Amino acid sequence: MGATTLTTRADETGLAPLHRPNKRWTRFILPGFTWLMIVYLASPIFVMILYSFNDVPVVPVKQTPKFWGFTLRWWRDPFGVPGMPEAVRLSLEIAPLSALVATTLGALLGLALGRYRFRGKGPMNFLIFIAIAVPEIVLGSSLLSLFITWPDVPVLGSFAPGLGFTTILLSHIGFSVAFVAVTVRARVQTLDRSLEDAAQDLFADPVTTFFKVTLPLIAPSILAGFLLAFVLSLDDFVITNFVSGASATFPIFVYGATRIGLPPHVNVIGTMLFAAGVLAAVANLAIQSWRARR
Amino acid sequence: MPEVDVRLDRVTKDFGETVAVDDVSLDIPEGEFFSLLGPSGCGKTTTLRMIGGFEEPTRGTIYLKGRDVTDLPPYKRDVNTVFQSYALFPHLNVYENIAFGLRRRKVPKDEIDQRVKEVMKLVDLVGFEKRRPSQMSGGQQQRVALARALVNRPKVLLLDEPLGALDLKLRKQMQLELKRIQSEVGITFIYVTHDQEEAMTMSDRLAVMRAGKIEQIGPPEEVYENPQTEFVASFLGASNLLEGELKESANGVATVLAIGGTVVHLPAERAPFRVGTRVKVGVRPEKVHIAVDDGTEPPPGFNSVTGILRMSTYIGVSHQYKVEGPGGHTLTVWVQNLGDTPPPHPGDRVRLAWRWEHTFAVLPQEGLVLEEEE
Repeated sequence: MGATTLTTRADETGLAPLHRPNKRWTRFILPGFTWLMIVYLASPIFVMILYSFNDVPVVPVKQTPKFWGFTLRWWRDPFGVPGMPEAVRLSLEIAPLSALVATTLGALLGLALGRYRFRGKGPMNFLIFIAIAVPEIVLGSSLLSLFITWPDVPVLGSFAPGLGFTTILLSHIGFSVAFVAVTVRARVQTLDRSLEDAAQDLFADPVTTFFKVTLPLIAPSILAGFLLAFVLSLDDFVITNFVSGASATFPIFVYGATRIGLPPHVNVIGTMLFAAGVLAAVANLAIQSWRARR
Repeated sequence: MPEVDVRLDRVTKDFGETVAVDDVSLDIPEGEFFSLLGPSGCGKTTTLRMIGGFEEPTRGTIYLKGRDVTDLPPYKRDVNTVFQSYALFPHLNVYENIAFGLRRRKVPKDEIDQRVKEVMKLVDLVGFEKRRPSQMSGGQQQRVALARALVNRPKVLLLDEPLGALDLKLRKQMQLELKRIQSEVGITFIYVTHDQEEAMTMSDRLAVMRAGKIEQIGPPEEVYENPQTEFVASFLGASNLLEGELKESANGVATVLAIGGTVVHLPAERAPFRVGTRVKVGVRPEKVHIAVDDGTEPPPGFNSVTGILRMSTYIGVSHQYKVEGPGGHTLTVWVQNLGDTPPPHPGDRVRLAWRWEHTFAVLPQEGLVLEEEE
């Protein structure tokens, strides 16, 4: 598609091209490969969307590989499976909350690491790297050990939370902070220091400088960090599985449901989440092009 | 006697082991266009940043209008800076960039609007209010940076190589522009540059810096015509330097015997050294006459050497000659292309002559590494 557009433009200029690589069959290699890649990546999503309309006849409802026909039944009552509304709600409570806390902590951390030189900076950078690189299974099991042994710690033990909402939230904040910090740190490091000099030169005290110059300039990275933390929390399974106790987030619920047969409702929720993601991406593009035109 | 705007009193700045600025004292009177000139790493930018408040002196005191501002942060100083990278706020449009300082000072809205419009007219940017810095050319960004500083009507404007990122033609144009703006607003400009031509064209006075110290300070003509150190002689313009020894200083005339046996005379006050001192005598390439050697001695009051013309370069407005003189010295001569005498040819034996009073003497400096002239 891109290649065709290019040819048209070249023809419009009225200039004879020096050579005509577009006549060859090789011009299909890159676009062809790109489309194959897109199909490969997107097909599970399209299958999911399709199967959210699958008219499954069996009771109790289960997903089947066969497409029985089109229905809006599952869309009319997406939460019509016992346990699922609670799971979705828990996920939607934990994700924004953990993302908010993780973004606040991670942004401050990223700012400090990207900007200042201080004692313990090296170890801190290393710790953040570890937090990202460590396998989730390790993080999950060690968090579980922590939460189990916590009540035995003198004094602190009285604050020990039982496995459930609080432990999931704490864990999600824990693994998200590192991602936010890394995102913000990268932006802060590339920030032109003379911009802050300039602000101070123009009579802005350090606090005003931060809010009028530094913060607006790193805001996109903070937002990116927030979204990353939100999504990480929303779809985390491994760590959550260790620390959730009797509670179930949406991924935990889906995992449990597959063992007895996945209800088509899951496809509906999945499609909704995917649509929300697409909407966010489109909105982002729209805002960016609006900003560029302004 | 105009008031002193900026005074540096024995200011030193150390960065760990390295001394960036070494015991510098300076007085800059009100309304002067003052340049700090020197190669990179000579401490000129650090000096400027100390005046702006971005660096704190290790020792010494800085006064603005007679007030000690050494410990004052930048946002409490009545100076503004044009940064080398311009440092325009990318998230604000041109208008908001320029209004930034006034808004911080809580200037009433109407006045902000009026002053921003005024300064935008001054730097010829009317109509660009809504543009983002990223949508402007380098020259336009430069004007915004200038306007953003000037709109605050600072007592002193600091400029850190503001034209360094522009191409030659634009640079020349902006030099004149800056000079015009300075005379219009009438405030003190302190201008940092490594471009000696730029410093010479624009400054009322300039200071040549090297290794954290000021080597010489004065009006451009004075520093150019009468360089006091070997570094100044070579950095500010080009110089022919002959090594030698001060043999005699009497009746207002000093005599130097250069290596290779050349005797060079110069006014005694231009060689204030003790007899026997090792010196370098110099002359600027454009002060030297060149002619094919036909045995005639130069008129009295002229120094003269003979040599072999090794290279002749035609530059249109002038000829540039390299002459191998006595004692292995290579001398450079620039002659305006008047076109009334046939130029000498490489291989010719030529006589070079220049006036005594165009000769200067400096003490040799250790460890001078200077780039070859272009």
